[in-house]
Amino acid sequence: MIELHDIQKSFGEHHVLKGVSARFEPGKVNFVIGRSGSGKSVMTKCTVGLIEPDTGSVHFDGRNFTAMSGKERKAVRQEIGMLFQGSALFDSMTVLENVMFPLRMFSGDALGQIEQRARECLHRVELDGAEQRYPAEVSGGMQKRVGIARAIAMNPKYLFCDEPNSGLDPQTAIVIDNLIQDITAEFGMTTVVVSHDMNSVMQASDSIHFVHEGRILWHGTRDTLLAGGPQELEDFVFASELMKRVRGRG
Amino acid sequence: MRWIFHIGRYVHLLRLTFRMPERGRMFRRALMTELEAIGTQSIGIVALLSVFMGAVICIQTAHQVSGWIPVYTIGFTVRQSMILEFSPTLIPVILAGKVGSNIASQLGSMRVGEQVDALEIMGINSAGFLILPKILAGVAITPFLVILSMGLGIGSGAWVGVATGVSSLADFLYGMRIDFNQFDVAYALTKTTVFGFIMTSVSSYHGYYASGGALEVGRASTRAVVWSVVLIMVANLVITQLALN
Repeated sequence: MIELHDIQKSFGEHHVLKGVSARFEPGKVNFVIGRSGSGKSVMTKCTVGLIEPDTGSVHFDGRNFTAMSGKERKAVRQEIGMLFQGSALFDSMTVLENVMFPLRMFSGDALGQIEQRARECLHRVELDGAEQRYPAEVSGGMQKRVGIARAIAMNPKYLFCDEPNSGLDPQTAIVIDNLIQDITAEFGMTTVVVSHDMNSVMQASDSIHFVHEGRILWHGTRDTLLAGGPQELEDFVFASELMKRVRGRG
Repeated sequence: MRWIFHIGRYVHLLRLTFRMPERGRMFRRALMTELEAIGTQSIGIVALLSVFMGAVICIQTAHQVSGWIPVYTIGFTVRQSMILEFSPTLIPVILAGKVGSNIASQLGSMRVGEQVDALEIMGINSAGFLILPKILAGVAITPFLVILSMGLGIGSGAWVGVATGVSSLADFLYGMRIDFNQFDVAYALTKTTVFGFIMTSVSSYHGYYASGGALEVGRASTRAVVWSVVLIMVANLVITQLALN
């Protein structure tokens, strides 16, 4: 479980997070949704320690991450996998080498075992045969899957996905959503997905947090989401014609 | 007062950089890659510049030599110019342009492409992993490139001197040997080592803290080259004053 307590973060005069508190349940896909600039990406970066919050604390299974020393944080970070918006694969490495990279850095296993584990991860994301290709030689959807394979290579307890479907066509997006859902259940991870894609939310979410102007304005599930909520949430969720029709049928 | 912020952040980055690497084998591999990128791949440009520099110094000196100035002055001047200033200063300046911009754009691209964040999330000290091999390679390989430059510059000076008939080989070699002080070479290599550090660390700083998109990476690359050259010039003055005065 990941818990955020009263996280605040400002950049100069701009208050991005104004006291965010949230709880992300284990074994569930926890979505964080909100408009662009609402603070959801900053919230995620504060959670994983890429940005230091001004006040508040982050707890990973009861461990106060914010108060940890650099060495302790390093240990926790090895339990975290992250899928970045642009995949963040290393261009100079092949697909296989990208997945092997965290294992080579930290596992201490023999090279043969590391390669075997990396191939298993690539198999899990259905990328058999792409091992020797470079990131630039595969499609955006495949890059996302390589990113997922790399994120799960170390058997993480926590998985963070930042806009996993950005730039993907709807069919490929569903493949990624289903994959995230499946591996969350399979590995029993606490998964946090930052997105503003309502298709993904309806497809894969178990729990939803709506961020608006630096605060969690609403928390619920995809079923309660359709029942409505604060005006800001409704404006966001039912912005598209498709969602309006979904609501009408509901 | 913005420069105080940059100095502080530069020192902080160096503190992050000079830490024990997570994995020795991976670090050695990265170091070898950087030695090749900074050293081997720069041999061509270093050799080309050095040959022409030596030749031009020879011709310019010969142009001044007349009447009471002995011909062996040509060999002496070529040697002194190459050892004291042209090779140890001009070569790092050229490398700051070639290698420095490469380092800054590479790190800048990794920063905006979130690859640096990806390393941090994995629990890897990204500064140490990415920058330390570059600095060590720069410090280690630049003196060798400068020694190569000295040799080629003096050699080409001798060749041009003899080929154009401004000096005999015997006169050139005599001038080249006269009043030779080993300290000059030690001074040159010392400052070269410092310049290698400046070139790689300053370029890394600008690349590592790049933000935004492709335009910002380009700007970071330009800043890296400009500030590397400026700091090399300042360090050159300080070291020369300390060593020779």
